Amino acid sequence: MRRIISVLMENEPGALSRVVGLFSQRGYNIESLTVAPTEDASLSRLTLVTIGDDHKIEQITKNLNKLIDVVKLVDLTEGAHIERELLLVKVRASGAQRDEIKRSVDIFRGQIVDVTSNMYTVQVAGTSEKLDAFLQALGEHTIMEVVRSGVSGIARGEKVLSV
Amino acid sequence: MELLSGGDMLVRALQDEGVDLIFGYPGGSALHIYDAIFRQKSIKHILVRHEQGATHMADGYARATGKVGVVLVTSGPGATNAITGIATAYMDSIPMVVISGQVPTEKIGEDAFQETDMVGCSRPIVKHSFLVKSAEEIPEIVKKAFYIASTGRPGPVVIDVPKDVTNPADRFPYRYPDKLRMRSYTPAGKGHSGQIRKAVAQLLSAKRPVIYAGGGVVQGGGAELLTELARRLNFPVTNTLMGLGAFPGSDKRFLGMLGMHGTFEANTAMHHADVILAVGARFDDRVTNTPGKFCPGAKIIHVDVDPASISKTIVADIPIVGTVQSVLSEMLEILKSSDEQPDQSAIVDWWRQIDDWRERHGLYTAPRYRTDGALIMPQEVIRAVYEITEGNAFVASDVGQHQMFTAQYYLFDKPRRWINSGGLGTMGFGLPAALGVKIAHPDEEVICVTGEGSIQMCIQELSTATQYHLPVKILCLNNQALGMVKQWQEMQYEGRLSNSVYEESLPDFVKLAEAYGHLGMKIERREELYDKLREAFAIKDRTVFIDVYVDPSEHVYPMQVMPNGSMRDMWLSKTERT
Repeated sequence: MRRIISVLMENEPGALSRVVGLFSQRGYNIESLTVAPTEDASLSRLTLVTIGDDHKIEQITKNLNKLIDVVKLVDLTEGAHIERELLLVKVRASGAQRDEIKRSVDIFRGQIVDVTSNMYTVQVAGTSEKLDAFLQALGEHTIMEVVRSGVSGIARGEKVLSV
Repeated sequence: MELLSGGDMLVRALQDEGVDLIFGYPGGSALHIYDAIFRQKSIKHILVRHEQGATHMADGYARATGKVGVVLVTSGPGATNAITGIATAYMDSIPMVVISGQVPTEKIGEDAFQETDMVGCSRPIVKHSFLVKSAEEIPEIVKKAFYIASTGRPGPVVIDVPKDVTNPADRFPYRYPDKLRMRSYTPAGKGHSGQIRKAVAQLLSAKRPVIYAGGGVVQGGGAELLTELARRLNFPVTNTLMGLGAFPGSDKRFLGMLGMHGTFEANTAMHHADVILAVGARFDDRVTNTPGKFCPGAKIIHVDVDPASISKTIVADIPIVGTVQSVLSEMLEILKSSDEQPDQSAIVDWWRQIDDWRERHGLYTAPRYRTDGALIMPQEVIRAVYEITEGNAFVASDVGQHQMFTAQYYLFDKPRRWINSGGLGTMGFGLPAALGVKIAHPDEEVICVTGEGSIQMCIQELSTATQYHLPVKILCLNNQALGMVKQWQEMQYEGRLSNSVYEESLPDFVKLAEAYGHLGMKIERREELYDKLREAFAIKDRTVFIDVYVDPSEHVYPMQVMPNGSMRDMWLSKTERT
């Protein structure tokens, strides 16, 4: 099962390598990973997407918790949550294609953020599934370059992950 | 406030932490620290002959005393040589602080002379590590390192110290912190009371119980409580390789070690148990054999200080996260405050069954090795040493057949007397570990049981024994081959002995010992075994190397059947299987 694990950790050099090292050392998957400091500069928030059964996820969360730099973590997929990923895609756009791409961008509530006479750069935010669907709608022949941010997430309602 | 350089701060912080002993080896990046050591009196430094020796010595010292072992090495090769010893301590959860010199901060990343990324190299085998960025950080980092190493599930902590940070010219105010604030580290304390009550009820309802106790009981200071609990309930106890001594080996409730080379009665009782109380053990693959066939009818109560150890390989029915001491004392309190007893007739039947297993194939009811041949059997050497030392020695072991024979035949009545590399299985561990134990307990008999293979992996420490006058006994079970490798090759590779024999290339260990200033002794004939051993053990003020030529064809039995065997599937001899 796909899980989104959100981790608050000390904003220290080496902390990220401990998390990544744990995954490679114990043979766990990382589908995506994002990390940035929080409003409290001493803390970073790391969000990772992994795949595993309940037993594996339990081991992953226990071993993450064992890392001295990890302050707190939550498996967002255990409850209602919001997930977002940012996609930037450079597409070929000339002649009649330009209107059609523009329409697709509108349907997916994206924005064209850069333009030349032959291409658009499009930005779309949403769930990973939605971004997959958008790329599929564009078709592989139009796509020149893709960059995705990896998943970030937050719990719905009043539940917060904080120290 | 007093102004100190980083090097002096480091040494002062160690003093403030109560350290009186460091095992180490100097080198360029560590020289400011070594100078600070020279200019003080309270910390003794033991100069080893190889950094691996320093880590194993500190490890042996830590295992025998429960204190944190401290190591000091230089950068680059000094640091990488320490890696095997750090991994050994990590696998067996031994508290250790390793201070490594590092190239100056501004040179880090430039492939400077003797530069290696020690924090990176050691990352998967430490509980935590620190790279010191400024001298002012040193007191707090040292305090944290000792706290992390010694609490919760203990383990090694590395402090990597760039040379500029210890520069004697730069001085800063020194204050050792009284308290620590670590929001990200809270080791487990007491276990959940509801779970503990559930576990006690489960124990009281057991008809075929087994207590399975591991190294956590030794490390966590739970041996007395465990013994009281087992005696009160009259339950059988088996110890893991790491747990030997956690329950008295001479108690009639002791079934011996369990697992790959465990006793017939311990493994068979585990297989048939209806309730297993696992304490400070981690269901290692050398214990469980095939996890899917492990103890099919048992309810499992698992007590451990490390939540990640619980339900890792075998799912626990009643998990309890807490220190062994707190959980066992709470269990005892509940038992003492109620009149409830286990089902006596069921327990009597269970003991009758166990005694029958013991009678049939137990290691302690009759010799399970040849007693009428001309060759010395390795088992009888251990048995003889057990008798001569009256079971009171500290025994540090290397890795291989001799380790298993010792685990089987030297019965430990007290914890912290059996010192071996269980998890990592590090050949070369025995001699330096024995020296570390001897430094901690100069008046005790300390033996290094080894083989002619293992001893050659850290034999240089014979010189350290000379320098610091550490009179240990080195008992070498010499079968002129890598015995355990050879045993597997004979059992699983149709006897193709690929690179496991020495072909007349072994040194004369007697002369070698003498060259280092020690006493050497060779025992080749069976009839002289006891007399010569008595003679060797009567010598108290010299290091004695006892080279015993044993039957080279002997295998360690029992041995669990692999792959796909259950706990009770064992080879009992070369021809007999359960």
